[in-house]
Amino acid sequence: MQISGRDSNRYQTFTRRAALLAGAQGIAFVVLAGRMYYLQVLKTDQYRMLAEENRVSMRLLAPLRGNIVDRFGRTLASNRQNYRAMLISEQTPDVEATLARFSRIVEIDSFTKKRILRDIARSPRFMPVTVAEDLSWDQFAQVNINEPDLAGILPDVGETRDYPYGEELAHVLGYVAAVSEKDLAAAGGDEPVLKLPGFRIGKEGIEKTYDKELRGVPGSSHVEVNAYGRVIRELSKDPGTPGSEVVLTIDMDIQRFAWERLKGESASSVVLDIHTGDVISLVSTPAYDPNQFNMGYGTADYKALLENPYLPLMNKALAGMYPPGSTFKMIVGMAAIEAGMDPNDRVFCPGHYSLGSHDFHCWKRGGHGALNMHDALKHSCDVFFYDTAKRIGINAIADMAKRFGLGSTYGFDVPGEKSGLVPTPEWKRAVKREGWHQGETVIAGIGQGYLLATPLQLAVMAARIANGGYAIEPRLTRAVGGSLLPVKEPELIGVSEEAIRVVQGGMNGVSNEIGGTAYRSRIAEPGMELAGKTGTAQVRRISRAERLSGVLKNEDLEWRQRDHALFVCFAPYDAPRYAMSVVIEHGGSGSGAAAPVARDIMYEVLKRNPTRPQAGNPSPGGRKSARTG
Amino acid sequence: MLDLRRFTGHEMRLSEKLVEFNWGFLLLLLLIASMGFAMLYSVAEGNFSPWALRQAARFAVGVAIMISVAMVDLRLWMRLAYPLYGFALAMLIAVEVIGFVGMGAQRWLNLGFVSVQPSEIMKVTLILALARYFHGLTLDEASRLRNLLIPLGLVGAPVMLVVMQPDLGTAILLMATGAVILFSAGLRWRYFIMAGVGVLAAIPVVWSRLHDYQRNRVLTFLDPERDPLGAGYHILQSKIALGSGGIFGKGFMEGTQSQLNFLPEKHTDFIFTMLGEELGLVGALVLLALYFVVLMFSLNVALQCRNQFGRLVAIGVSMTFFFYVFINTSMVMGLLPVVGVPLPLVSYGGTAMLSLMFAFGLLMSVHIHRNLEISRGPSAFW
Repeated sequence: MQISGRDSNRYQTFTRRAALLAGAQGIAFVVLAGRMYYLQVLKTDQYRMLAEENRVSMRLLAPLRGNIVDRFGRTLASNRQNYRAMLISEQTPDVEATLARFSRIVEIDSFTKKRILRDIARSPRFMPVTVAEDLSWDQFAQVNINEPDLAGILPDVGETRDYPYGEELAHVLGYVAAVSEKDLAAAGGDEPVLKLPGFRIGKEGIEKTYDKELRGVPGSSHVEVNAYGRVIRELSKDPGTPGSEVVLTIDMDIQRFAWERLKGESASSVVLDIHTGDVISLVSTPAYDPNQFNMGYGTADYKALLENPYLPLMNKALAGMYPPGSTFKMIVGMAAIEAGMDPNDRVFCPGHYSLGSHDFHCWKRGGHGALNMHDALKHSCDVFFYDTAKRIGINAIADMAKRFGLGSTYGFDVPGEKSGLVPTPEWKRAVKREGWHQGETVIAGIGQGYLLATPLQLAVMAARIANGGYAIEPRLTRAVGGSLLPVKEPELIGVSEEAIRVVQGGMNGVSNEIGGTAYRSRIAEPGMELAGKTGTAQVRRISRAERLSGVLKNEDLEWRQRDHALFVCFAPYDAPRYAMSVVIEHGGSGSGAAAPVARDIMYEVLKRNPTRPQAGNPSPGGRKSARTG
Repeated sequence: MLDLRRFTGHEMRLSEKLVEFNWGFLLLLLLIASMGFAMLYSVAEGNFSPWALRQAARFAVGVAIMISVAMVDLRLWMRLAYPLYGFALAMLIAVEVIGFVGMGAQRWLNLGFVSVQPSEIMKVTLILALARYFHGLTLDEASRLRNLLIPLGLVGAPVMLVVMQPDLGTAILLMATGAVILFSAGLRWRYFIMAGVGVLAAIPVVWSRLHDYQRNRVLTFLDPERDPLGAGYHILQSKIALGSGGIFGKGFMEGTQSQLNFLPEKHTDFIFTMLGEELGLVGALVLLALYFVVLMFSLNVALQCRNQFGRLVAIGVSMTFFFYVFINTSMVMGLLPVVGVPLPLVSYGGTAMLSLMFAFGLLMSVHIHRNLEISRGPSAFW
C-alpha cells in the first residue's frame, strides 16, 4: 500500500500496534475456548450432576394410614378428606401480610400463627406449610376464589384421621397428632416422611403401638422443578404402600354400651374372653376426643382436660391402681386351700378380729357368726379372711396373687400399663426399710393395705379363675395387615381343681344365692348366670372416734373421701366364656355401684351371638371350644 | 486499491459506494444475530414473541442505519466528530439531571418517543472524537505529554459522568476504548506503564467508593462459593449450565438450566450460557469463531485505510466490539466478575444493538473510503 511520506511514521506505528492488539485478541479467544473446553468437556460430568440436582426434586408421598377396625370389621379409625390451606413461604413477599388477609376468611388465633411461623422456619422455603385444616366447604371455596389475593396460599385436599366413635374409644385407639421436635429427634433423621407438612403420627394407644404398621411405606415422586420450586412435570412415581389394617379384639357394640353405662363417673371396666384373653371392651371414663388432638387441641380445651379432677387423659383401665378390696378374697381363699385348709372349716365372726391390742372390724358390725369359705365369699365376711390370711401368711397370698396376674404387667397392646403392687416382706424391707407386721398380713386378707391392682389385672384375675386356672394374657389386637396374630397357648397356673371350684362356687353364691352381696345384680335368665365378687376399697382411715360415733355414710362424704366401688365377675357360670371388672372411683360400695353396671354390661355381652363371623377370620367354626373349669 | 481515481480524491457516487460496501460482512453479522434470534426464540419456550421478533426488527433497523452511516463521506464524520461528542456529553449531563433510574442505576433518558442510554451513544462518539483529535497530530506531537491533556479530558469527562450514574462497566469500557486509541495513535509505552501503576494505586480508593452491589460482585467473583444462593448464584448457575451442556449440548430448547429458570437474565447478559447449554461446546465455538472473523475483518479495514482518522475509528470500533464479547463471555464462564455487559448482536436489547450497528456503519464507511487521503491540517475542517 502506498502511503504518503509524512503519514508513514504514523502508519508504521499503527500497524505494529494493531498487530499487537490482534495478538492480544487471539490470546483472549484461546483463553475463552480453553475455558469452554474446561467447563464443557473436562468438568461436564460434575456440572451435569449439579444440573440434575437442580432440576429433579424428589417429593415424598405420605402413605395412606391403615384403618383400625373392631373384631367384626367395623371401622374405628379411618381417613377422610380434609380441606386445608397451605402456605408456600417463597411465593409471598410478606408472610405476615398474607396470613392477615387469610385471617379475614378463616380466623387464625395467635397460637396457630406461632405454630405456622415455626413450621415455616423449620422447612425449606418452597415446602408448603399447613395454615388451616378441616375447612368447611364454604371456607374452602372462599379461599379458592380469593387465591389471587392470597399470595403463597395453596388450597389443598389432604387426608386426615377420623375417629367416628370419638371419646368412646379414645383410651384404646389413642390418637395421632403433628410430629414434634422430640419425635423427629427420636427418629434420628431416618424418616424424612415425618417432615412432610401435616404428617401425623400415633401418640397414644393402638395408634402409637402399631404406628409403624399403620403408617405404611411412603412413596416418592421424582418431579422436574423450576428455579422457584414449582413442579413442571412428574418424571416418575412410586405410590408407596398404604398402612396395614389393624383388627382389634374390641366389639364396638359392647364398647359403646359399657361407655354409656359408665359415662359421668370416673370409672373403668374391662371385658375379656377368658380363653383367648381378647379384650371385648375396655372403657375408661371420662375421656378426650381424639379427633380434636388430631387437629390440635385448643389451649382452653386442653387446659380443661388437664384440670378435670376425673383425669380424662388417664387410661384408668391400665394405669389406675386401686386396692382390690374384697375382690381379692378369692386369691386368699385359693391360697388357703392350696396351703391345706379345708374349705368346709368354719370361722366364727363376732364382727371384729383382734390381733394383739388392735381390733380389725368386719363390715357387718354384728358379725356373721360361724361360716365356711363359700359363705365367707358369698357374704364377703372380713373376719374369715383376716383369720385365714394370718394363718397362711403373706408369702402364700402374694404367691397366689402373682399367679393370677396381679403385681406385674403383661406387655399389653396399649402403652401406659401399670404393674400395681403385691407386697411381700422382702419388698417392704427393700422399699420401706421396715420389717413386716402381722397386721399387714391381716388387712391384705381383705385386699387392703399395700395391695394395688389395675382394672385390667382384676379382669385377668377373674378370667383365670373362670377358665380353670389357665394363665391367659389380655390382648387387644386380633390381626395386623391381614394376618391373624397367634393366641399364645396359655400355661396352667397349677392350682387345684378344688380350689378353683370353691371360689367359683363362692362367686356364684355372691350373685345367685339369696343373701349374696350382689344378689340384686344377678342375671336371672337361665344359662346366662354370672358369678361375681363385690369389692369396696377404703380410701381413708376410719378413726376410732368415728367408729364409736357411727361411721358416716358414703353419700355424706366429699367425693374424694368416698370408697372405690369394685366388681369382678365371669359368665355364664355353667360354661364360662367372659370375665370382667368394673371399678368406679369413689363410687360408694361394690354391691351398690359397681355390680349393677357389671351385670348390665355382661348381660349385653351374653346376649350377642358369639359365633358371628369375625374380621380377619372368615370361618369362626374352627375355633377351639370353650374350656370349663 | 489499484483504482487510481479513488486514490486521487475522486468523489464516489452512491452506486460505487454500494458496490464497495462489503455485503459479506453484513451476512456475517446476520449469522451472529440469527443465533441470537434462535436463542431468544428458545427462551420464550418456542415463541417469536416477546423477544425474537422484536430483536429481528431492531436488527433490520440496525442494518438500515449501518448502510446509511456507511454511505456518508468519512470526511463528514470527521467534521461531525466533535459536535456529536458534545451532543453525547450533553445527554450524559442531562441524564444526571432528569434521567430515570433503571436496574438500580440512573442510565436512561426519556426523549418522549423513546428511551435512550446516552452512555451507549458516548461509546461511539468518543471513538470519533479521539480519532479526530489524533488525526491532526504527527507521531512526534502525539507523544508529547501536553498534547495528552485534551484526549484525557475527552475520555475523563464522560467516564466521570458514567461513574456517577453509577455504571462501572461502561466507565471501564470507555477508558479501555480511549486507551486503545491512544495506544494505536502511537503514545509511548512508558505512559501506559505509568498509567498501569496509577490504576493499581487507585484500586483501594475506588474500592472504598464502590456501591455494595458492585463490591459484592467482585467478592463473589473471587469466591463464588461465598454465597451460593445470593450473589454467587448467577455465576454458579451459569457454570452449571455451560458445563452440563457438554460437547454437543442438551439440544435446542432443551436446556434445563435455562428453561427452568435456574439461569438468570438468560435473554440478556447470560444468553451465551444458554447457547452453550443448548448447543454445547460446538455451538459456543462456532459463535466465538464468527466473532473472531468479525474482529479480523475490522482489523483489516483499519490496516487497509490510508487515513489516520479512518484507521483509528476502525480499530476503536473493532476493540470496543472485542471488549464486549470478551467481557460478556468471560463473565458467564466465571473468568470475570458479573458486570452488566451484553453480548453484542445476540443479547436482547435495543440501544446496544442500534449503537453497535451505527459503529459498524462507521467501520464500513472507513472501508468504503479507505483510499481517501485526508490532510492533517485545519483545512480538513472545510
